[in-house]
This record gives sequence, C-alpha cells and structure tokens, in this order.
Amino acid sequence: MRMMTFAERNLKEIVRDPLNLSFLFGFPVVLLLLLSAIQANIPVSLFEIESLAPGIVVFGLAFMTLFSATLISKDRQTSFMHRLYTTPMTSGDFILGYTLPLIPIAMAEGVVCYIFAAILGLEININIILSIIFIIPVALMYIGIGLLCGSVFNDKQVGGICGALLTNLSAWLSGIWFDLDLVGGLFKRIAYMLPFVHAVEMERAVAAGNYSEILPHLLWVLGYGITFTVIAVFLFLRQMKKQ
Amino acid sequence: MIAIRTEGLTKKYRDVTAVDGLSLSIEEGELFSLLGVNGAGKTTTIKMLSCLTKPTSGDAYLLGKSICHDTAEVKSFIAVSPQETAVAQGLTVRENLEFICGIYSFSKEKTLKKITGLSSMLGLEDVMNRKAGKLSGGYSRRLSIAMALISEPRILFLDEPTLGLDVIARSELWDIIRSLKGKITIILTTHYMEEAEELSDRIAVMKGGRLLACDTPEGIKKQTEEDTVEKAFIKIVKGEKL
Repeated sequence: MRMMTFAERNLKEIVRDPLNLSFLFGFPVVLLLLLSAIQANIPVSLFEIESLAPGIVVFGLAFMTLFSATLISKDRQTSFMHRLYTTPMTSGDFILGYTLPLIPIAMAEGVVCYIFAAILGLEININIILSIIFIIPVALMYIGIGLLCGSVFNDKQVGGICGALLTNLSAWLSGIWFDLDLVGGLFKRIAYMLPFVHAVEMERAVAAGNYSEILPHLLWVLGYGITFTVIAVFLFLRQMKKQ
Repeated sequence: MIAIRTEGLTKKYRDVTAVDGLSLSIEEGELFSLLGVNGAGKTTTIKMLSCLTKPTSGDAYLLGKSICHDTAEVKSFIAVSPQETAVAQGLTVRENLEFICGIYSFSKEKTLKKITGLSSMLGLEDVMNRKAGKLSGGYSRRLSIAMALISEPRILFLDEPTLGLDVIARSELWDIIRSLKGKITIILTTHYMEEAEELSDRIAVMKGGRLLACDTPEGIKKQTEEDTVEKAFIKIVKGEKL
C-alpha cells in the first residue's frame, strides 16, 4: 500500500513534466521519422523499419535512467526525503516505489514507437507484441542505472551524466546508428562487453521472430541489470543511513 | 508525563561535535523552542530525535521509547516539518495530503475527513487544486505543517517553520502553531527570538552543540536581567552565562 502510494506519486511527478514527455515520446518518434526519410532517399539496411524501430525503442529507454535519477536526486536534495524517512516507509517501499512506475512508462514509449513504425510500414504481428514485453528487462537495466546515479549524484550531475553521457554512450555503442562492424576492432569489442548493443540486438531478434538469438543477449541485459540494481540498492541504503 | 528525555545525547561528525552531551526533558503538550546561532546543533538535535540520524553516544526517550532501539515505534507517533518546504512539487495540495494519508494507510473515509479538517484548520481550501510547486512561501509552509499533522503525531518537530516568510504569513502561521499548543508536544527551532518569546512554554539556548540555558521566556529574561528574549539570548550566547 505504502509502496503503491509512493509509486503513484512518482508516476505523477514524471508524466506531469512536459520535458519528460517530449523526451520520452517526441524525441524517439522524430528520430524514427527522420531516419525513415533518410532511408527513403538513400537506402541503408540498418535504417529499414524492421531494424530501425526496435533500435529506436531501446534508445528511448535510456531516458528512463534520466527520469529515475533526476527524481531520486531531487528528492534527496530537498527535505522531502527527510520527511519520508520519518514515516513508517521502508527501504523496500522506496526502491520499488521508484522502479515500478517507470515500467509502464517504458512500455508506453515502446507502444508509441511501434505505432509510428506501423504507419511507416512495419508489419504488426505477435513478435511486435513480444517485443513490447521484452522492453521490461531493458527498462529495468536503465532504471537500475538511474537508481544508482540518483543515489550518488546531485540533480545537476545527473543531468550531465545520465542526460548527456549515458544517452551518447547508449547511442554510439548500440549499433542503432551505424553498423559496429564498420568500426570493428577495440570499439566493437568494447561495445559487445557493454549491455547497450545486446539490448538492441535482443529487441531486433524478438521483433524479427529469431527466437534462438534472444537468450544470449537477454543474459547480458539481465546480468548488467541485476548488477546495477544490486549496487544501486546498496548505495541507496547507505545514503539513507547517512542521513 | 514526560514526552522527551535526552540523556547525554551526542553527535560527532569526524572532528566536529555537533551536539555535545545534551540532557533535558520536555513535558507532554509543551511547546519547546531550541534557539541558537547557525551551527549550534539545533537541526542535528531534531534529526536525532526524529530518528533521521543516530547519536554517536547517549540516548533519547520519546514517550518512553528509545530513539536508538525503538525507531519504528518512535516514528509512529512523531512527525517532522523540515527546515525547507518538504512537499511534492508536481502534486497538487490535495494530492500531497492524500499522498501522506496513503503512506499511513488511511481508509478513503479517514483520508477525506483528514483532508477536510486540515485544509480548513490551515486555511488551504482555496489552493487545494494548485500544484505545490506554484504555492507562495506561506502556503507552502502551511501545507508542510498539514502534511506533518496528518498522522496525528503526539510529538511534532517544526524546524524553522517561518523562515523567509513575510510578516503577515508569519503571523498567520503563529496562530496555527498557537492553536496546536497543549494538544501535542511541539519542538520548534527558530532564529526569530520574538517567535520563541511569543509561542514557547520553555526555551533552550544552544551554542557549539552544548545547552547553555533552559527555562521559560520569563525565567530566561529574569536570570539575565534583560527585558526581551533576544537580549537575553545575546547575553547568554556571548557570555555563556547561567
């Protein structure tokens, strides 16, 4: 009950910020339209809608990190968190309350992207429905990074790290915008040691119905997701005790 | 009945002793003010008493429960209105109040009753649908106090409740605090001496984490042979008298 009340508050705080909504729904859709327009004029296999749409969906999820980290760091910096620490709320209420409301937001982002992709020619089938479900582990990974950053950094630092650095990292190292084979070498090896490209390739595999390719990528995403979340919970509890 | 009893309450941050062996007792229903210059240890004392931070040594008993060992029980009968306005900025006034009711798992009926009662008591009816982030300073403080009162606390901590408010808003908030006197135990920190003199049953003066004086406003004035609490406070802090 307490956790759900807190989750509802967090959901309202996020969706009532017009900037959040524009980043969440507007930005990925604009990218989808823009890259599809480029594809129409200069065909690139990477920008074919079947490949592009899952990539854009995953890229949009990077903003989950920004939303969760900003909310937590702002709450930490104001006395709002102090007030809540003097209530019977437990650490579990806090962590789940910050995490859960972002999952439906992430899925909504996926649905909106796929609707626009359908308008641009993507065939909607059972695999696309599955793709929306497979957004959950990717979203949890990004939310975990957000919990971690929000527990450590202030809101200005969060803006720089989660807003600029992470979105760039997840863009450059994900294989959405260019084929990683074109760069190859160390760059490609680093990219495949990080979760971003695995998240994109997993989403592409699900959308294409290549089920046998899903598991290895899913394991990378889950591995990073669990690691980030465990570290985030530890850091959140530490700063809670330090108050 | 004694509401708060502290026994050698001490908080150290590395080399700095923020609160140094504080021992005092506060009666139930009393309005007790903690006065001191910046860094005197007022906020740290409130943080310890409200279970936000653990003492380095010593203990405090709130209605007989230890802040070190009975944290959950202590949290069930206290509430804090922090120094800064601690409200959810993106939620309306009504939603902020509903949110706190939800945290305490109130039924729908009790939530409605609480919100109606507190909005009337604190004069929030006209701004119930306004976002908290858009409120004036006075209304923000009222909302903050309303949120603290929702849980029907037996002990309420008000940390500089009128800081930055204009004269009218401060006077209105004083009326609200006065209306609570005797019903619940209130621990108030303030930099405004006239506020302490006007509202308090007793005043404690702190400096460098230590308690320098503790008496009624009249008692403090009498002992320092001054005619206002402000002059008495200056005399105590500068001369460390009493």
